[in-house]
Amino acid sequence: MKKGITMAASEAILRLESVTKTYQMGDVSVPALVEVSLTIDEGDFVAIMGASGSGKSTLMNILGCLDRPTSGRYFLAGRDVSRLDRDTLAEIRNHTIGFVFQNFNLLARTSALENVELPLVYGGLPTRDRQARAREALARVGLADRVAHHSNQMSGGQQQRVAIARAMVSQPKIILADEPTGNLDSRTSQEIIALLQAQIGAQLPSPEAAII
Amino acid sequence: MNPAQTFRVALRALIRNKMRSFLTALGVIIGVAAVIAMVAIGEGAKARVAESFSSMGSNLLIVMSGSTTRGGAFGGFGSMPTITWDDLKAVQTEVPAVRTATAELRTTVQVQSEDQNWATMVIGTTPEYFEVRSWSLARGSGFTQSDVEGGNKVAILGQTVVDKLFGSYSDPVGQSVRIKNVPFQVIGVLAKKGQSQMGQDNDDTLIIPQTTFQAKIRGGLQKYIQGIIMVSAVSTEDTPKAQTQITDLLRDRHHLQADADNDFSIRNLTELASAMQAGVSTITTLLAAIAAVSLLVGGIGIMNIMLVSVTERTREIGIRMAVGAKSRHILAQFLVEALVLSMAGGLIGVGLGVLAAQRLASAFGWPMQIRLDIVLISVIFSALVGVVFGLYPARKASRLDPIEALRFE
Ligand SMILES: Nc1ncnc2c1ncn2[C@@H]1O[C@H](COP(=O)(O)OP(=O)(O)O)[C@@H](O)[C@H]1O
Ligand SMILES: [Mg+2]
Repeated sequence: MKKGITMAASEAILRLESVTKTYQMGDVSVPALVEVSLTIDEGDFVAIMGASGSGKSTLMNILGCLDRPTSGRYFLAGRDVSRLDRDTLAEIRNHTIGFVFQNFNLLARTSALENVELPLVYGGLPTRDRQARAREALARVGLADRVAHHSNQMSGGQQQRVAIARAMVSQPKIILADEPTGNLDSRTSQEIIALLQAQIGAQLPSPEAAII
Repeated sequence: MNPAQTFRVALRALIRNKMRSFLTALGVIIGVAAVIAMVAIGEGAKARVAESFSSMGSNLLIVMSGSTTRGGAFGGFGSMPTITWDDLKAVQTEVPAVRTATAELRTTVQVQSEDQNWATMVIGTTPEYFEVRSWSLARGSGFTQSDVEGGNKVAILGQTVVDKLFGSYSDPVGQSVRIKNVPFQVIGVLAKKGQSQMGQDNDDTLIIPQTTFQAKIRGGLQKYIQGIIMVSAVSTEDTPKAQTQITDLLRDRHHLQADADNDFSIRNLTELASAMQAGVSTITTLLAAIAAVSLLVGGIGIMNIMLVSVTERTREIGIRMAVGAKSRHILAQFLVEALVLSMAGGLIGVGLGVLAAQRLASAFGWPMQIRLDIVLISVIFSALVGVVFGLYPARKASRLDPIEALRFE
């Protein structure tokens, strides 16, 4: 990905400045992102499109603080997070970002409720509040009657709903979804996109930005 | 994430793989059980030694004819006796550190009641015998000095002899037994004593005055004692003193030159008992150390399985990190898992060890002594094993890169 996307920069929640990510494979360096700059404002709902292998996932991982840029700077809500240590990044992921993966990434042999609770566990919430909020989040994605189901007892669409509930349960400022419908059939995909839009648009208290 | 939650997550992960968790803990279980059982049995053996020595009598010294330097410890047997009845009298009266002393002549003969017949150890001795051996009477009375002087045909029976000749519930006092066809009147029954330290039945015996013994059972040498002198010292601390005083006295009485060997030997049973106990302790420590090595091997088993587990659960680790788990959360999770494994192994091992010790103890007929300090040390040690061997896998897990962990197949 080489082109920069710039939006009207009044209240930038995300800002990349010349971010480059180069993978090192032995002697060969694979440039996945080269000098990417972009700004995303609060309340935006942005879609990033590109061919397979164009670096979408690499970009999402950096935006989601799962990975760090090789060079360039990344400002999240005004704070430069491109050189923070892993524990601080973990904290940011926990409080500020909700991530929805293409392959769901739910804990196996673990109930939907516990999967949704997981961010709150690391957020240090007491058990009672945690369960209440996780149930609420599951109800919002239409899985109130599936709280005890394990991931392998649910359809792909249901699993992705659980993942969405998990991404939103800690009321993050940013929702990142990396090809959330990539593993789903087209009908379910539409439902999931609609759900994401509805959730972000209507039901989160302070939807700041969502990127798919 | 608080400790209780960490513990719950760890426990759930272990329960998910019950069989594997059990097999992993098995190394620790066996190690701890072995340590506990070894020490319990060793302590039991020590107690047994102490018990059997104290059943011999309190603060006991044994004086035998013959020198130890010439024929070993039992050199006196078969050779001419050198200790006289006058020597016994001198030991009784002239040695300050001696409380009391007696002689013991013994032989095995057939003893008959009216309708039964039993081969037993007949002991010819003096009235002091019961005091020296701290042996009380269950019924009747012992014999007196006048019985010895008169060569009276009176007998005191051990409980086993009573059982064999008269039956367990009868009172033989006043009845008669025949020893070598000579009728003896039963005047007393000894209290039950149990096994001696050599595994013999102390109660399979019959006691008569030494004069009667020499006259009717086995001809004596008049002047010399064809047996041993048993001495009870004033106190345990005084047994070495009694030993030197008796040595001096007998050397003087036997007119031995300064450079001549003793023509008798003295054994201090209190010292022998503590020497034997020390020996048992050494063996116990050795066995426990070997068992402790197996605990270490158990620790390596935990490390091995934890490493496998970390690899298998790389994705899980990635997911946890993605939603906000910090390094220390992951570290704690795996460390607690290893700790729970090893602690559970340790606790089960303690139970199993106690059970094994009980089984073995009852098989050997030994008392068993569980040492609480060893139990505690074993559990703490197994916890330590868990931490030490769990640390490397846990660190490895906590340092995974979230992206790579998530991409792991
Ligand atoms: N861990 C990695 N090591 C080496 N190259 C990588 C790695 N991850 C991604 N790449 C490369 O970076 C480029 C971008 O990949 P990615 O961001 O996954 O693309 P997209 O999500 O748009 O399909 C690809 O050419 C890919 O081969
Ligand atoms: Mg991708």
